Amino acid sequence: MASVSMTVNGKAVTADVDPRTLLVQFLRENLRLTGTHVGCDTSQCGACVVHLDGEAVKACTVLALQCEGADILTIEGLAKGSELHPMQAAFREHHGLQCGFCTPGMIMTAVDMVNRLGHELDDHTIREELEGNLCRCTGYHNIVKAIGAGARAMGSQPLQQAAE
Amino acid sequence: MAGTGVGARVQRLEDKRFITGRGRYTDDINRDGQLYACFLRSPHAHARILSIDTSEALGAPGVEAIYTGKDLRKFVPTSDDLLEDEVGGLICGWMIHSKDGSPMKAGAHPALAKDYVRYVGDHVAVVIATTLRQAQDAAEKIRVDYEVLPAVVDAGEAQKPGAPEVHAGIERNTVFEWELGDKAKTEAAFASAAHVTRLDIVNNRLVPNPMEPRAAIGEYDPGEDSFTLHVTSQNPHVARLVLSAFVGLAPEHKLRVVAPDVGGGFGSKIFIYAEEVVCLWAARRLKRPVKWTSDRTEAFLADAHGRDHVTRAELATDGDGRITGLRVKTIANMGAYLSTFASSVPTYLYATLLSGQYAIPAIYAEVDAVYTNTAPVDAYRGAGRPEATFVVERLVEVTARELGMDPVEFRRRNFVKSFPHQTPVIMMYDAGDYDAALTKALQIADVSGFPARKSESERRGKLRGLGYSAYIEACGIAPSQAVGSLGAGVGLWESAEVRVNPTGNIEVLTGSHSHGQGHETTFAQLVSDRLGVPIETVKVVHGDTDKVQFGMGTYGSRSGAVGMSAISKALDKVIAKGKKVAAHVLEASEDDIEFKDGKFGVAGTDKAIDFASTALQAYIAHKFNGAELEPGLKEGAFYDPTNFTFPAGVHVCEVEIDPDTGVTTIERFTAVDDFGNVINPMIVEGQVHGGIAQGVGQALLEGARYDADGQLVTASFMDYTMPRAADLPPLKVGMTVTPAPSNPLGMKGCGEAGAIAAPPAVINAITDALGHEDVTMPATPAVVWRAAQRARMPMAAE
Repeated sequence: MASVSMTVNGKAVTADVDPRTLLVQFLRENLRLTGTHVGCDTSQCGACVVHLDGEAVKACTVLALQCEGADILTIEGLAKGSELHPMQAAFREHHGLQCGFCTPGMIMTAVDMVNRLGHELDDHTIREELEGNLCRCTGYHNIVKAIGAGARAMGSQPLQQAAE
Repeated sequence: MAGTGVGARVQRLEDKRFITGRGRYTDDINRDGQLYACFLRSPHAHARILSIDTSEALGAPGVEAIYTGKDLRKFVPTSDDLLEDEVGGLICGWMIHSKDGSPMKAGAHPALAKDYVRYVGDHVAVVIATTLRQAQDAAEKIRVDYEVLPAVVDAGEAQKPGAPEVHAGIERNTVFEWELGDKAKTEAAFASAAHVTRLDIVNNRLVPNPMEPRAAIGEYDPGEDSFTLHVTSQNPHVARLVLSAFVGLAPEHKLRVVAPDVGGGFGSKIFIYAEEVVCLWAARRLKRPVKWTSDRTEAFLADAHGRDHVTRAELATDGDGRITGLRVKTIANMGAYLSTFASSVPTYLYATLLSGQYAIPAIYAEVDAVYTNTAPVDAYRGAGRPEATFVVERLVEVTARELGMDPVEFRRRNFVKSFPHQTPVIMMYDAGDYDAALTKALQIADVSGFPARKSESERRGKLRGLGYSAYIEACGIAPSQAVGSLGAGVGLWESAEVRVNPTGNIEVLTGSHSHGQGHETTFAQLVSDRLGVPIETVKVVHGDTDKVQFGMGTYGSRSGAVGMSAISKALDKVIAKGKKVAAHVLEASEDDIEFKDGKFGVAGTDKAIDFASTALQAYIAHKFNGAELEPGLKEGAFYDPTNFTFPAGVHVCEVEIDPDTGVTTIERFTAVDDFGNVINPMIVEGQVHGGIAQGVGQALLEGARYDADGQLVTASFMDYTMPRAADLPPLKVGMTVTPAPSNPLGMKGCGEAGAIAAPPAVINAITDALGHEDVTMPATPAVVWRAAQRARMPMAAE
């Protein structure tokens, strides 16, 4: 067992883990943050996407021990209290989810997409950027619409919030 | 009430928990003291198990127990001892009889293999340990001595002389040889036909791949001698019934099955699987909760697959371009065992739809179902109807081309135009307007602009093609008496209970299960609309056998037409009871009470009481005595439909092909569907989008491949191509409406349409672009490139 400390959704956590523990296992099993999902074992599906120091990563491809001192944001930490993040709200408004299993990873990917590429995302860009996220329910049509709208909504937020 | 009633695009009530990471899927649930199960699976497609040595594995850290097939015996009632009797095997619940009258031949399907393994992924042993990693480590220490046997994997090979027998004694690996339709009449139609079109079709094997892998948590309460199973199920009551009545793990009243949030199913979570049997049994044996979660590789290996038909199809036409007969011979791959509803898929869900949208006087279908050393095959989105639609719509398209007719005109000429219409293959179509959907689809797809777009593609050296698919499906399954006469082991009604609380809010209990379909919203819309109450005051309860008494679950696009009809019937009873209560409160005759806009009122007066106040009066019961009226406001209903429903529509696909690379791009995809009445168009469109993506996946990308030894070479998302966002264009979706006459809501069902309609639309478009050169599914760049080469240089074909 090895000790690891990191910040998850703004809260400091420390735990002893089996060295082979993946970040996604640490989140789900140690912290019981079960919003981050596991949909495959080959880093293809993107259901486990979280932000590590502000960048989207697949939490199935990172060891928990690699996250020593890191700042992790999961789907549970995205809303401000009862106020949904604009990307969460956009997924609901545009029916960008059905079974909901891929949704946390989709939303975390989408927020990262906006952080990297800005608030005006065309459909082609969104579709290409979703290369690492699989959805079996929606045919992506409404996910693409939701991300475009969510990106614009993030742009119309006050700067301080939008940066997060 | 505006904005949340029937027909409104209401945002989903269930979304909040999913977008905030608070969904509760089976793997999110943890029980105190739970142990983890890891299954050791067969690495061979076909082998005899000579010995299993678990001694080293049993000594590994954290291991609590290891079980193999011989261990799974029934418990002595009220004791921890085991009987000699083994727990029951997994069953197939739909009896099919062969042409000669003999019953289908079902090979034994134990939850853990005994003596033989029959596909890669078959269950050999289970390790149960304190942590998952310990269970996985220990599984690698189990030594199994196998005698590897020859395997058969292709449906077309299974019946040939010399093919290995998957189940000893089941000759030619043949489960059944079934037929439907009038053979003599069909042969006569072909004998007198002016033209016959023949096609050889392979409907490719697919892996359903809902994004949430299967999972199960078995629990046993020694104090109550009762069991709980949390499981990724589309139909928890059916799971409980099978586990009780056939597997024999626990009596129904001592077994609670909970299907919490389920991350997609597409059919694959209808079935009763080995892992859930083993987790429940082991929980009893160890008196600790036992949890298992599939990884994706296991899902590829051991979830029931879909499709996998090999078909010879023929269409006869007269001199006027009218269809006179259709004949098919299909071999359906069942895999190594008969899964829960496997036998119904290539028979009554397939051949009964071979008339398509067309008036065809004579149809004859023969279907042989065969065992192979591959994963079991069962219902996957559409289940039989995509296979039928592919046969019909490819035949129709190719026939039109061979006759030199416009495929649109050929379809119109042969459409069923009056209803009811009895087909030669059981179904009686009760309502539809196929011309209307076709006309609308042509307009939305801008088919008139296609020649210009094709020329523009040609200027860039690209090929452009247009393909149609006019599909029909039978949904709302189904009248219980009808399916019973066809071999179903269960009735296919649905149940509902409407519980009005004293404060006027409402719990609706349904036997349907939502795993992406949005029932928590659409069902609430219906209740809100009918009772005139705010939608927020309605809660839909599903997926727990301790809460909902019974139900048949969600598949076959049945939850609206059947499940909501049950709710509608229960609501009728609630309103009738409410009138009685209101009559007492308003001191009027019950006959004078009318229910309108959420109020019970005395006709012709302004005396009225709102719904919530009526509920309160029903419970306090101060205004009537118990001899006159029972207190309370709670009503239940069982609804059995009077017919299948027949959603139908036209999908139009436009592709562009790069002949140098074989890459096919879907430039436009248009769907016009007639689902009857619609509760929430936003949700219905979403269902269509998702179905189209799966249909496009089948046509262009997806294919489960076993090598000659029976190894699944497409066992991960690295090897099996799932549709991604960039594989699809924006989808254009339109609707026409002819209400279904067979249910009170006029609904037909929308869940499977896209997966049924899309594959032939895509292949018809590709073959149109390629100058009618045939392609197989999935039409990968390699397949299309070769076809493009053949089209260019016919003599140089491969």
